[in-house]
Amino acid sequence: MSQVAKRPKRKNPVERTRQPTLPPPTRSRVALGLTAAAARGRLQLQVCVDCGTVQYPPREVCRACLSQRLVWRRQDGAGELISETTLHAAQELYFRERLPWRIGNVRLDSEVNVMAYVHDAVGAPPCRVRIEAALDRAGQAALIAMPQTGRPALLDDPKLREMTCDPRARKILVSDGKSAVGQAIVRALAAAGADLIWIGVAEPWKQAAGFDGLRELPQAKVVALDVTDSHSVRELAGEIGGKVDIVVNTNDCHRAFSLAARRGVETAQLEMDINYFGLLRLAQEFAPALKARAADGTTNAIAWVNVLSIFALANYPPHGTYSASKAAAFSLSQNLRAELRPAGVRVINLFPGPVDDEWDQLEMPPKLSPATLAAALVDALKGGVEDVYPGDVAQDWVARNLENPKALERELGETLR
Amino acid sequence: MAARGFDDVVLAAPVTVPYVRFSTRGAHWFLGRAVAQLVAAAKIPKQRIDGLAVASFTLAPDTAVGLTQHLGLTLRWLDHVPMGGASGIVSIRRAARAVQNGDAEIVACVGGDTNHTDSFRRNTASFSQFAQDAVYPYGSGGPNTSFALLTAYYMRAHGATREDFGKLCVAQRDNALKNPLALFKKPLTLADYLNARLVADPLRLFDCVMPCAGAEGFLVMRRGMAEQLGLPFARLLGAVERHNAFPDDPIQDRGGWSLDRDALYAQAGVGPDDIDFLETYDDYPVINVLQFEGLGFCPAGGGADFIRAYTFEVAGSFPFNTSGGQLSVGQAGAAGGHLGIVEAIRQLTGQTLGARVPNARHGLVSGFGIINYDRGICSGAAVLAAT
Repeated sequence: MSQVAKRPKRKNPVERTRQPTLPPPTRSRVALGLTAAAARGRLQLQVCVDCGTVQYPPREVCRACLSQRLVWRRQDGAGELISETTLHAAQELYFRERLPWRIGNVRLDSEVNVMAYVHDAVGAPPCRVRIEAALDRAGQAALIAMPQTGRPALLDDPKLREMTCDPRARKILVSDGKSAVGQAIVRALAAAGADLIWIGVAEPWKQAAGFDGLRELPQAKVVALDVTDSHSVRELAGEIGGKVDIVVNTNDCHRAFSLAARRGVETAQLEMDINYFGLLRLAQEFAPALKARAADGTTNAIAWVNVLSIFALANYPPHGTYSASKAAAFSLSQNLRAELRPAGVRVINLFPGPVDDEWDQLEMPPKLSPATLAAALVDALKGGVEDVYPGDVAQDWVARNLENPKALERELGETLR
Repeated sequence: MAARGFDDVVLAAPVTVPYVRFSTRGAHWFLGRAVAQLVAAAKIPKQRIDGLAVASFTLAPDTAVGLTQHLGLTLRWLDHVPMGGASGIVSIRRAARAVQNGDAEIVACVGGDTNHTDSFRRNTASFSQFAQDAVYPYGSGGPNTSFALLTAYYMRAHGATREDFGKLCVAQRDNALKNPLALFKKPLTLADYLNARLVADPLRLFDCVMPCAGAEGFLVMRRGMAEQLGLPFARLLGAVERHNAFPDDPIQDRGGWSLDRDALYAQAGVGPDDIDFLETYDDYPVINVLQFEGLGFCPAGGGADFIRAYTFEVAGSFPFNTSGGQLSVGQAGAAGGHLGIVEAIRQLTGQTLGARVPNARHGLVSGFGIINYDRGICSGAAVLAAT
């Protein structure tokens, strides 16, 4: 049943472009705990601190002992599919336009029942399954019953492919293709089956090692794009804005210094101009175009990816101004997400740890290779996530930040000494 | 400790505000018409009604409170019963205790809803917090999804077939054809049932109740009052309710009736063999089967054999949903939790709109309501008797 997605036919340009519809976006506040975990690709359910009972649907008070101390904990999702149905009628337009839907009841080994989408590769009930969490097109958590063994991709199921932003057969803009990270991302997207990759280049007269090899990729098309120049951004958006399915913002200006280590603001201004205003210029020109094409067939406008930095979460003083510019970009990405979510266009943020390049030279390993970062980006597109923390350092930071942001601030402050 | 009996409490004045598929009226109109019809049927001024129990899904932003001022009723006893398909049974129990204890003399029990073209979707989307968070986002199938999962499970676990459920639906349609207020006017054959369009596998069109607008109502009072008013009445022999029974069952294949039937029959002083007709809550056929089992007409899991052994028309060997039930009359929201009660009063008092079960002495009515998440939460049942 499970089949690998094929390249779709060209659409008839005379037909009306479909308007986006979404699954129901409303959740209680307590249920957003599920979404917070799903945004990182995890299944978490509430567990009672006092008696250990697992809870679902999300609630305020323990169903067993009435304790109010419920905490979100990672779950393995193992359970049994006990019943299933295939829906041929739906009340919401989003589902109606995509019928039929396979839905089941799963009894988790932790003795809670969940309702879930059932992947094509799962057999008939009763059978063992594994529940995963992904974000649906409304950006809310959805549970999916996957086969217990094997790891079929969400995108192999034509319905669940909706939860992904699979780069296969997509047209993608990589806003800076010259940097080592940009080059690695172009190559990874090409390998993942992208149909066309526009490679943004700001200063065409400058040579970059390895870049010439990209031109030989059959999908690649080099375009002029300087994100510090509003005119340049507008010009490119006018040319390709109506065709782009995925924007990957790889522009990055990284100058490693703390505020007291250098006089004047010019370098910090350049960081802001590329890292923050660059995103703003791109978003102003390309976001409306993505929204308009959000339901345009199976190769619709579907995602926006920002390569940020783990330094966006908390200021890293040795790279203090860079951290600030990435924090500004992170904040703006949340604005962009709010703009694009009603159309079902997903904004994915990558927060990599130090990358093995000249500006992170003095950082201690483990460091990310550009290829590893690019692979994480492709995985994020193929999955149902929106927040990705590639690399061991990023994982370490995000865990510390979740646990105690003030402690992380103090610990990072120590790095100046 | 056994619950106290219901002494000489009776039910009278069965009324139905005719159902329509869609209406531009508000719920207040349907509930107001029901109260007006009750007053007319009892030939009393509305001031004589001193108690009111209301069930409705579409009365918002009002509750029963708003309805008192809307209808100009001054009451000394008022209840709002948000229990959907179990609301009628629960209203009987509460109203009966009120008149037994002298808190009210004449309680009007009404259930009704309007149905605009998009109101069913909106009600489903915000039906409960659990449904909003954990059910509706998965395909937005509403109750079709929940009952498809229960039906598929029941068929697999207990060997029931589509033909078994179809036999019940066909019999109900036959009963409905004699009821002038039923919205379904065309005969239904088993082939029609089996070949109808798929809604949510294994459910097809005629497994699914049709939402509509309408209202049902009746009065609860003491026998002496009914006699004084010259109203035909049915006696209340027993009534039970249960909420969130068997929460640890992995999937619902029994309801609260299994817990309460012994108490019900003990209170009523009759057993399943004494029941002359059964009115179940029937938004989907599988739930009828759980009521047959839970109320002791057949063993748990034995529903299919039971269906094969009996016939369910009014003139059949097991008269069942004699007005056609919701599946062939229509589901007017919370009126659905009152439809069977109103029909039972009509059967026991000889005021039927359609066919009458000959010599019916005892009728059993049951209710089932509120798929809060993965199962129906509220269940109830009442035994009524002719005088």
